[in-house]
Amino acid sequence: MRLYEYEAKEIVSKYGIPVPHGRIASTPVKAEEISRELGAVVVKAQVLVGRRGLAGGVLAAETPGEAREAASKLLGSSIRGFPVEMVLVEEKVCFEKEYYLSLTVDRSNRSYVFLVSPLGGVEIEELVREHPDKLLRIYFPVLTGYQPYMSRTAAKFLGLPREYWRDLHVIMQGMYRIMRDLDADLVEFNPLAYKCGGGLIALDAKITIDDNSLYRHPELAGKHGRELSPLEARAKELGFSYVELDGDIGVICNGAGLTMATMDMILYYGGKPANFLDIGGGASRDRVREAVKLVLSNPKVKVLLLNIFGGITRCDEVAWGVVEAFKESDRRIPVVVRMLGTNEEEGRRILEEHGYKVYTEADEAVRKAVELSRSER
Amino acid sequence: MVLITRNTGVLIQGITGREGRFHTKLMLEYGTRILAGVTPGKGGLEVHGVPVYDTIHEALKHHPDISASIVFVPARFALDAVLEAISNGLKLIVVITEGIPLHDELLFVYYAKTRGTIIIGPNTPGIMVPGEAKLGIMPAHVFVKGRIGLVSRSGTLTYEVARELGKLGYGVSTVIGLGGDPITGLNFIEAYDLFMKDPDTDAVVLIGEIGGDAEERFAAYYSRLNRKKPVVAYVAGKTAPPGKRMGHAGAIISMGIGDYKSKRNSLERAGIPVADTPSQVPRLLSHVLG
Repeated sequence: MRLYEYEAKEIVSKYGIPVPHGRIASTPVKAEEISRELGAVVVKAQVLVGRRGLAGGVLAAETPGEAREAASKLLGSSIRGFPVEMVLVEEKVCFEKEYYLSLTVDRSNRSYVFLVSPLGGVEIEELVREHPDKLLRIYFPVLTGYQPYMSRTAAKFLGLPREYWRDLHVIMQGMYRIMRDLDADLVEFNPLAYKCGGGLIALDAKITIDDNSLYRHPELAGKHGRELSPLEARAKELGFSYVELDGDIGVICNGAGLTMATMDMILYYGGKPANFLDIGGGASRDRVREAVKLVLSNPKVKVLLLNIFGGITRCDEVAWGVVEAFKESDRRIPVVVRMLGTNEEEGRRILEEHGYKVYTEADEAVRKAVELSRSER
Repeated sequence: MVLITRNTGVLIQGITGREGRFHTKLMLEYGTRILAGVTPGKGGLEVHGVPVYDTIHEALKHHPDISASIVFVPARFALDAVLEAISNGLKLIVVITEGIPLHDELLFVYYAKTRGTIIIGPNTPGIMVPGEAKLGIMPAHVFVKGRIGLVSRSGTLTYEVARELGKLGYGVSTVIGLGGDPITGLNFIEAYDLFMKDPDTDAVVLIGEIGGDAEERFAAYYSRLNRKKPVVAYVAGKTAPPGKRMGHAGAIISMGIGDYKSKRNSLERAGIPVADTPSQVPRLLSHVLG
């Protein structure tokens, strides 16, 4: 789960990491008021997507009037599909250099890793791809935790003057404590700036929390789901894994790997999946019914494809779920079902009695769904 | 066979829960040598004839043959359960539990390495040697005994591939589910090394998915080997958008790492054929086996 920039900055400043003075505003008048206190400001849209700057979500304002204008431009607009409901109004900071600094989990090494680069402001994706020589990785295992040599190593790599090594130590130690205290999987400053006249300050801050750990953080758990589309949020309530895509073949499977493989097969045979939906293991007919209704509620879906490999999941339960969903829904679209495994014969009988055709081979079913999606277009 | 045999003495952690109870029965039916179960506070009970103890320490006193455990305990108690198993000297721990906090996984996976314990999972269907033993939740009938090693980050997709293999007469020597989380006890390199040493395995089928760089690292490792067994791969997630978690906690393209193209290119450059669909796997396998 991702936190808003202003939430992340509230947290990091509690850990002694310097951030610009600023406050949150949800009206242009409020933004003007804050700017009157702070002088020249930067007005930043608060949205839970990356590359906000490139999308015009960050505006500079020299006067309170300009701050009001900037805020009214941003508030109510949308950035990459996300409505802007708040802006962060922050003092403008004069800086000489921008660095990249983050702490995250390295999957292959099963350890923590600090990522350090003198190329601040560049997205980490681009750093990894285009400037691998300008990116330092400092790995450390969970049992040793953070040690000061890490910040000395980073400071040397960045060419930071010696009198600021201590400041970097405080920042990196704070990042590690945030990581552990909040069960974060990313703490990122991009950029961390070297101010005119000296000193370090985090101009942007991003924290993401490990979803599996949210039960340990009731104060954060309520924020979960804010970055989801309405359908994704509904799916989350129902306990499904659901991701919206832009095709027209609705997909329902059991198991994440099988769901992805089914989406890929749709593409391979020339179609486009409308979603990822994994009903998980051992789904009851009620859950299947809700899953089908959820996919049907997406108007872009022209064909529904179910691909079920029954292990703990029982085919007869899936079959009843499909039948009941269409009884309760007004939408009539072609349905292709492939099912196999536990209680397969019973599942097939139920569906065939209700006029559905059931396939045994995945390839055959996917090809049929793609063909139907073409004729529905 | 790899890691387990019909003689492996097995402990079930979380045996009295719904999942633990259900799968204990299925594993017993398959012939797995289950000696004991542990659920704190439930010592003295029996589940399907298996005695239940409060602690692993006590279970080991009565059943010194136990060398492996399979964990069904809920996510928030998993760290405690896995550390208990490692500390009591168990050599193999299969962690079925899904949704374990990331930092807990980092801790027990690291500790297991220092103690020489092998962890399979978390969030895995488990491990199975057809005809010998099953420490997991996979539907047993899908896996026919044979000479292909199967290693996967996924569950039902593995069943699908095993079924496709069976259609061309290929059976499975051992199937290992690495697990769907970002941090797992075994990776593709370590699993391949086990198959390399296994006289019952002629070739390996690797089932990967988007997220992380385990497939890329395996490809780099494999291309440096002098002696090797043939490998065929399938990777799921070509159509997955970046930044979205595709069901598994580990199946996410983040910070520019983990997309399909990079995995496929790396594997193919290492001489490993990559199937476009699960149904193509057996054909590619018949090519590499000649």
